[in-house]
Amino acid sequence: MTLTAKPPAMPSADEPGPPAASARPKRTRNPRTWVRGGGLSTLVFLAPMLVVFGFFSWSPIVQSVIMSLQKTNLLDPPTWVGLDNFANVLSDPLLGTAVVNTLYFAGLALVLGFPLPIIMAVLMSEVRRGKGFYSALAYLPVVIPPVVAVLLWKVFFDASPTGLFNTILGWVGIPPQPWLQSPATAMPSLVLEATWAAAGGSIIIYLAALLSVPPELYDAAEVDGASIWRKIWHVTLPQLRGILFIMLILQIIGTAQVFLEPYLFTGGGPNNATVTILLLIYRYAFQNSLGGDYGEATALSVMLAVVLALLSWLYFKLTERWSS
Amino acid sequence: MTTTRPPVFEQLDAPRAAGGLRGVFGRRRADRRSDGGDRGVVSAAERKKPSVKLGLSGVHLVLFVGLVVAGLGPLLWLAKAAVTPTQDTLRQPLALWPNGIDWANLPQAWNDVHIDQFFWNTIVIAAGSWAFQLVVATTAGYALSVLRPRYAPILNGAILATMFIPAVVLLVPLYLTIVNPPLPGDVSLLNNYLAVWLPAAANAFNILLVKRFFDALPREVFEAARTDGAGPFRLFWSIVLPMSKPILGVVSVFAIIAAWKDFLWPMLVLPDPAVQPLSVRLPAVQQSIELDVFLAALAISTLIPVALFLLFQGVFLRSAGLGGAVKG
Repeated sequence: MTLTAKPPAMPSADEPGPPAASARPKRTRNPRTWVRGGGLSTLVFLAPMLVVFGFFSWSPIVQSVIMSLQKTNLLDPPTWVGLDNFANVLSDPLLGTAVVNTLYFAGLALVLGFPLPIIMAVLMSEVRRGKGFYSALAYLPVVIPPVVAVLLWKVFFDASPTGLFNTILGWVGIPPQPWLQSPATAMPSLVLEATWAAAGGSIIIYLAALLSVPPELYDAAEVDGASIWRKIWHVTLPQLRGILFIMLILQIIGTAQVFLEPYLFTGGGPNNATVTILLLIYRYAFQNSLGGDYGEATALSVMLAVVLALLSWLYFKLTERWSS
Repeated sequence: MTTTRPPVFEQLDAPRAAGGLRGVFGRRRADRRSDGGDRGVVSAAERKKPSVKLGLSGVHLVLFVGLVVAGLGPLLWLAKAAVTPTQDTLRQPLALWPNGIDWANLPQAWNDVHIDQFFWNTIVIAAGSWAFQLVVATTAGYALSVLRPRYAPILNGAILATMFIPAVVLLVPLYLTIVNPPLPGDVSLLNNYLAVWLPAAANAFNILLVKRFFDALPREVFEAARTDGAGPFRLFWSIVLPMSKPILGVVSVFAIIAAWKDFLWPMLVLPDPAVQPLSVRLPAVQQSIELDVFLAALAISTLIPVALFLLFQGVFLRSAGLGGAVKG
């Protein structure tokens, strides 16, 4: 019953304009008219969201900034320490290792995992029969729960000569690899599993995007005598550039927060070769023999978040532009 | 020229969606029709050339072998390893047929490792997360899109803003909120499923999806219902929700999958093994049981998600296309 009590002086309904704000009758500020105008029932509908976001989203965000400036453990009341937490984190010799490792993971995942789904999607979209079957196959690894996938790959990565991957390497005459056991091969092994686990999702997104390339562009390119490869290079990829850039940013945001793989595969080892930023945050807060150092953990999270929030903002601006 | 627009957004267009399932099937038919006249990179003329023909057959072969090995291979291997004795799996991991079949692995994993209990816990966690997410997303989406109070833009902004904050920032303060919630008395939500359900419901992406969908529903229907005397609750329950089945399906898929996958958060707030889900228990039991039983446990844990996927392939793949373009 919110809008039925319109005074006759209001502009007629078919006049275009902002629907909510300007078409609303002028109200006297009075609790009774507020309730009768639907104000209370609106609040009832908003209540679940307000409670859940208030306690579990908005307030923790504010708290994380406050906590990064405090010394907090669950026993004593928190005390203000200024920027000490940031100074402590920045002077931790492991931070440099974690940043380099995270960049290494993100970089390798980009080199290995970014082009692969694009190539697969372009190939799959040219197949006349069995596209649905191929999409389902490609998506299967995404359906396997990530923890199961990591634990399964841990068995595959068995470093003995009879391990699964080493057996396959043996068929083509390559000597057994140490996989997770050596600092040099541990991170590439993690990236291999992460790429396998994520590629299917990207393939499906690119397949959908490929449908939106206007076929006239290919016709026009053929009139100019373009070969198949030139059509892919000069028509398909430029047409996909929007979604490609979005996927790039999403992948960077995701890989910068990698936790599951290093935590379950190696626990950060061997010799700290797979300690990532998130693993370090986890260690500060939850694996500390002296009790959780929540201040340092939030200080590091806030620093990481500022970088990632900038990327998210860029992503949002782009999707907004491309979707309107 | 058409603008480059993430095509997945089109799946949310209301006229199509308002028809419910009919809309979905209608779209599929339209796609199939366009496949005939439509084309990809390779033109019909090029397809007749012998060299292109050969190349496409090669692509077919590479795709088939590659996708079967990478997509189906690990699952088939897991299925085999679940009923293979440990020594066989260790010595000859790629033998096509095991030397002995050990069916006992499966009941052993189910009963002795208590996979049954953790399985049930996982289902309870997923069901609760699903229910809370659906209630919060639909009520908030309705209030912000249809009822539109004057302060709606402020709330929209506050919800949208949380999407720019990476989840990692919330980890520690959220954990402390759970340990010491702002409730009267000395209570803690640790080991309580609400500790997983409620934070999962604070999902800005869900609200955004639902609100976009509601925004595109025809306003005239709402006006007609109001003229007939329907109040805001009636309008929500009898008009808006029945028109929104497609988007409710998408949100449901996201909610259930996310709950099934989650690891770090349940590990932190459910320290008691009796209430932990599979994702948390599997790494923990690994050390204490034999490899073949462990692999059987992994196989059982994979069963439900894979079965759900095979049953609802279409919904999964459409949601996947959608999720990539909007999630942050």
